[in-house]
Amino acid sequence: RSEKRTQKALEGKMGIRFILMVNKQGQTRLAQYYEWLTLEQRRALEGEIVRKCLARNDQQCSFVEHRNYKIVYRRYASLFFMVGVDDDENELAILEFIHLLVETMDKHFGNVCELDIMFHLEKAHFMLEEMVMNGCIVETSKANILSPIQLMDKAH
Amino acid sequence: MNSIFSGTRLRDMIRSIRACKTAAEERGVVRKECADIRASINENDPHDRHRNLAKLMFIHMLGYPTHFGQMECLKLIASPGFPEKRIGYLGLMLLLDERQEVLMLVTNSLKQDLNHTNQYVVGLALCALGNICSAEMARDLAPEVERLIQFRDPNIRKKAALCSTRIVRKVPDLAENFINAASSLLKEKHHGVLITGVQLCYELCTINDEALEYFRKKCTEGLIKTLRDITNSAYQPEYDVAGITDPFLHIRLLKLLRVLGHGDADASDLMTDILAQVATKTESNKNAGNAVLYECVETIMAIEDTSSLRVLAINILGRFLSNRDNNIRYVALNMLMKAIAFDDQAVQRHRVTILECVKDPDASIRKRALELVSLLVNENNVKQLTKELIDYLEISDEDFKEDLSAKICSIVEKFSPEKIWYIDQMLKVLSEAGKLVKDDVWHALIVVISNASELHGYTVRALYKAVLTYSEQETLVRVAIWCIGEYGDLLVNNVGMLGIEDPITVTESDAVDVVEDAITRHNSDMTTKAMALVALLKLSSRFPSISERIKDIIVKQKGSLLLEMQQRAIEFNSIVDRHKNIRSSLVERMPVLDEATFNVRRAGSLPASVSTMAKPSVSIPNGVAAAPLVDLLDLGSDDIMAAPSSSGADFLQDLLGVDLGSSSAQSGASPGPKAGADLLMDILSIGTPSPAQNNTSSVDLLSTAGINNNPSNALDTLSSPAPPHIATSASAGGMFDLLDGLSPSPSKEATNGPAYPPIVAYESSTLKIEFTFSKPSGNPQETNVQATFINLSPDTFTDFIFQAAVPKFLQLHLDPASSNTLPASGNITQNLRVTNSQHGKKSLVMRMRIGYKLNGKDVLEEGQINNFPRGL
Repeated sequence: RSEKRTQKALEGKMGIRFILMVNKQGQTRLAQYYEWLTLEQRRALEGEIVRKCLARNDQQCSFVEHRNYKIVYRRYASLFFMVGVDDDENELAILEFIHLLVETMDKHFGNVCELDIMFHLEKAHFMLEEMVMNGCIVETSKANILSPIQLMDKAH
Repeated sequence: MNSIFSGTRLRDMIRSIRACKTAAEERGVVRKECADIRASINENDPHDRHRNLAKLMFIHMLGYPTHFGQMECLKLIASPGFPEKRIGYLGLMLLLDERQEVLMLVTNSLKQDLNHTNQYVVGLALCALGNICSAEMARDLAPEVERLIQFRDPNIRKKAALCSTRIVRKVPDLAENFINAASSLLKEKHHGVLITGVQLCYELCTINDEALEYFRKKCTEGLIKTLRDITNSAYQPEYDVAGITDPFLHIRLLKLLRVLGHGDADASDLMTDILAQVATKTESNKNAGNAVLYECVETIMAIEDTSSLRVLAINILGRFLSNRDNNIRYVALNMLMKAIAFDDQAVQRHRVTILECVKDPDASIRKRALELVSLLVNENNVKQLTKELIDYLEISDEDFKEDLSAKICSIVEKFSPEKIWYIDQMLKVLSEAGKLVKDDVWHALIVVISNASELHGYTVRALYKAVLTYSEQETLVRVAIWCIGEYGDLLVNNVGMLGIEDPITVTESDAVDVVEDAITRHNSDMTTKAMALVALLKLSSRFPSISERIKDIIVKQKGSLLLEMQQRAIEFNSIVDRHKNIRSSLVERMPVLDEATFNVRRAGSLPASVSTMAKPSVSIPNGVAAAPLVDLLDLGSDDIMAAPSSSGADFLQDLLGVDLGSSSAQSGASPGPKAGADLLMDILSIGTPSPAQNNTSSVDLLSTAGINNNPSNALDTLSSPAPPHIATSASAGGMFDLLDGLSPSPSKEATNGPAYPPIVAYESSTLKIEFTFSKPSGNPQETNVQATFINLSPDTFTDFIFQAAVPKFLQLHLDPASSNTLPASGNITQNLRVTNSQHGKKSLVMRMRIGYKLNGKDVLEEGQINNFPRGL
């Protein structure tokens, strides 16, 4: 019985399964997956999701169901933030998480834009690392998230 | 030299990629960059590594292969400096995964870094391990991580906690090592440590029952206190979101409480107050507050029954549902699906609002609402809900019609109170969305129609009217032409009018118009055309007055580019043209399709029958086995052009005679239409009515051929309509030889005398059937049955056919009857051989059908034989 439960736990329950940042043209600007997909699967998945989300208008809700994912997305200026989660994840909380992510990046880059992320891809990833591990939220305080990053910047 | 090799800077690469106008251009740039990176890797200059990897990450993100950089990650991780390690670990997480063997090489570096004196290095290693570790690494490194949960710096503790969730997920056996450490994290004040600790506990609870019990006993109260503290805490700018302190932590705590309360009344009781407080006090005008409320509702619904709380929860959902914000409505629909389980009535109250959501312009909301509606349907509201949904189907977006029609179909099938209503609703759906419905839906409709004999007339007329308006709906056309083919006579004569119907005038040629339209329309697909062809064959017999016109339509299909159509057109043409005397029996109505078999097959669980279908030779279903005969027949028919026509015709007659007489082909159909029917059936994938029945008769056909090794002998016993020609019997022999190879060698039956009492298997006013039994020695599974048919009427039966069907555990061989004419008060006999694979466990059972002509009229009698002696 316990084996069965484990199996069930392994199947889903990842929490956050991927985070994408995509521009208006549908080009991926940052992609972080917390489960393994091959390159082809990623390309296909990103293409499908981007097509679905970009076709929606502002009045529509921020959730799209796709395959066995639920995509929670939010648009900030020219950049779409998309988070793929399991079916039983709290969608509203993920929406709040996206906002936290954007605020954190704003705090670091000062009104973050597509180019900031492109030219500082590693830094964006380091921030994500401080916020999410293995699909779970690690830290919700912007100061705590940014302090190791700023410390390293100073050291350089 | 080095500077040339080291290529462009990262920024320059990104710029040149951004400047690309086309994908081809981008590929070109990436290819060149990759070549440079490879060259640089071969140079093995440590100063380039950092930049190479940064470039590779970018290239990887664009979706190009970067495996050649994997070893660079390992080298960077192994280097002493923090910046190198940091980018190395990032590359490791992005470019590698736990399935790659390269990862094994990193275990040692990870171990060293977990013990590093610099805590930032330790943090990097924990993060990497938490994201990618495999079961093997988890085992190797678990002790280090366990120790780090108690590290002095909270930033390490929180990472160690999440790293542990991955470890216990990979290796559940390690769970108990982490229980104590995890519970100590719950007492922390640091939010990061607390939220990760809660997540670790949650993970442990889901994989280990002991952990669940432990946390339930020791931590429930503490968690409740923590939740109360943060709910009531003063403003904390660092964690405040729209007036709520750390909604993420709220949500994680509520999630863990859910697991602890589920299935445990005491724990549920403890958390009642705090849940009520969260449910009533949380601000609901901002997203953060709603997120907490949403999680709280979910927890209330999952823990043990506290009905006052559930009223609160349902009220919150009601408020959500009427919210103007689409996000809130979406989650409300989502939650109401779960709420149905414990309070159907409360959800039913919102039915009108939910139905409105089905019509929402937002596809996500529509989809959720539709799911919910289908859960709300019951016997009492099915008619009303279906009407609403079908009304909406008429005006909904094209891309939503597929989902919507599929749901309507499943609702209608599941809750239909009566057949006529089912048929009406399905016709409406097919008329609106016939292009979009799946095959099994219209197959099911045909099965239902076939079983509703009193509605045949009504249905075919309704379909006729519908198809005139909605001729572009492919599946509607298919069902319509199937019904017109089967019940065309009911259509033109207004047979079986129901009170609710207006009489319509349809001429025979109107009916044929519909079918002709389907077969000639350029965008009809192969299935539709094939079904139309079969329908035409059937109509040629139903409507003799215009059979010339029908023949012309069939003949045109001889030029079809589809091989199957071409072949069938030739075959059907020869049936229409040359075999008028047998045609009517060939194209009789399909026997009632077996709903049970169809439903089982539809559910995809008919392995037995599928495997028999797949087997070649003896157990091939009738239609396939008959197909060679049809082909032979048709070869013969084409040869007629050259050969003397009389002998050719005789030959055909003989073959048909053989087939009709010997196989007693079930359901009154013989090879021609059977092939047609089976073509249809194959295409429909409904399968023939009962596979068992089918197999049997195909076996019969072959075994007859086998037993009667002497062809002329065979023909004699079969009393074919025309006396056999010498030449014919020779060629017929050839055919038998063909079949002989397929048939099992006839076993000589040694009868042991009647060990079992004879039975009267069937008796009606005109016919009596007696069975006598004998067992061949050596095979207890086998039983020989001699059936004696006694004519009780004062008139002669002609064209007498006895057919039988048995369940799958039985095998039935039918020998030919001693005659197909049964004189008044006379009798004929027929031998049956039954093999019972469940001998000793199950008794014999058999269904049978007898067809004959009495004073020129077809008579059909059916029955089931249950009174076989036990132990056969």
